[in-house]
Amino acid sequence: MMSEKVELLHHNVEAINWNRIQDPKDDEVWDRLTANFWLPEKVPLSNDVQSWNTLTDEEKDLTMKVFTGLTLLDTIQGTVGAVSLIPDAVTLHEEAVYTNIAFMESVHAKSYSSIFSTLASTKMIDEAFRWSRENEYLQRKADIVLERYVGDDPLKKKVASTLLESFLFYSGFYLPMHFSSKAKLTNTADIIRLIIRDEAVHGYYIGYKFQKGLEKETQERRDELKDFTYDLLDELYENEIAYTESLYDGVGWTEEVKKFLHYNANKALNNLGYEALFPKEMTDVSPAILSALSPNADENHDFFSGSGSSYVIGKAVNTDDEDWDF
Amino acid sequence: MSALSALLEAARHREHQPDRDPGNGEQLPDGATDPVVVYFSSVSGNTHRFMEKLWARKVRLPLHTSHEPPVMEEPYVLAVPTYGRPEGSGAVPPQVVKFLNVEANRALMRGVLGAGNTNFGDKFCIAADKISAKCGVPVLYKFELMGTQEDVNKVNEGLMKLWQ
Repeated sequence: MMSEKVELLHHNVEAINWNRIQDPKDDEVWDRLTANFWLPEKVPLSNDVQSWNTLTDEEKDLTMKVFTGLTLLDTIQGTVGAVSLIPDAVTLHEEAVYTNIAFMESVHAKSYSSIFSTLASTKMIDEAFRWSRENEYLQRKADIVLERYVGDDPLKKKVASTLLESFLFYSGFYLPMHFSSKAKLTNTADIIRLIIRDEAVHGYYIGYKFQKGLEKETQERRDELKDFTYDLLDELYENEIAYTESLYDGVGWTEEVKKFLHYNANKALNNLGYEALFPKEMTDVSPAILSALSPNADENHDFFSGSGSSYVIGKAVNTDDEDWDF
Repeated sequence: MSALSALLEAARHREHQPDRDPGNGEQLPDGATDPVVVYFSSVSGNTHRFMEKLWARKVRLPLHTSHEPPVMEEPYVLAVPTYGRPEGSGAVPPQVVKFLNVEANRALMRGVLGAGNTNFGDKFCIAADKISAKCGVPVLYKFELMGTQEDVNKVNEGLMKLWQ
């Protein structure tokens, strides 16, 4: 009995050899994730205290709610979502990448607590966590994904995980980007940008593994999984809209948040290998939010449409790739 | 019914139509004047999917650095994704570096298209920026992941103008 249990737990485990890689993406993403590693303690959050005090009570309340909502998603992804992908991994390296993802989600979850303890009173913090346990839309969002995580279809789990990583966070991420565009809570925004960067790699990788899995399936199964993706996105979207309205109607930013949701839903679909669905007029996120996402970047990404003669050459960028011979 | 439900319905409907190449029927009549795009796309294939929708002759760089890169004999635009390590060295895929180390290839490059993800902030499409700075050619356009229809249209129009 005991040995059976051990057998079950240690099913398929052998020593991982990073010198024999079956899928180079595993190695590449592992490198990327470890190079991106960060901790909230490195960001001087206390510099935001003054800015926090300029927010209205309504904005403070909204911030607390949004961040406990994000904390819940990161908790789910760290302790259930990413972990649930491990038994389905095709390579040992894929398993290792999921352990990294799971751990980083726990870092994200903890970083919201760092923000809270810097800015808010214990009473406010406790109230916000109580709110997160009681808010019907937030709980429903959690229920919808958790239901898929405990299912027995490895590819459906990956769809749910990718949608969480690449779509569900963004009703929350909007707020600190909005504040950042008004030069408020800028250190908090630095933390959120680090989280946003991580989630992009997570969504990309899990979505890639989904597509790899799909290659081995019959056309019938592919159709089923595409339908499943569409249905799940639809279910999450409807709830996400209600969640967004419940949070942002008071400050009047709901319509802007919806555009951000559409923009990111398109990218979530891309991560799964599917075409974007929302047309341009529904995804035109305000330039202020886009530049809050990349504070130092050149915003013009379309030089074709500029005047024909102004040939724009990339600005000075360190080209420190030593292996360029010329 | 949510705004998305209607879009999903339309997408499902489209998918039941026979497959078609979005570029078909729109090709320039004279193949010799079609724009040329050289691109790198990793096994995840985002950039490849975008390239499939361009009205251009396409050359995909080898996935493995052990393979010799093509040597170009006419002007082309290079498309490069940023997905590896945008910080510091290694942002430009080694396969692209190998291709650009061929002098003839650098001489014929007219510009760069960047693929990436704005989640990477100011490192969005940094590989394209680096190539632009190093080789003195413009970054023509940046798009995200597989790109949207809007992106495809803009790049198609831009390439046509460039090849006129």
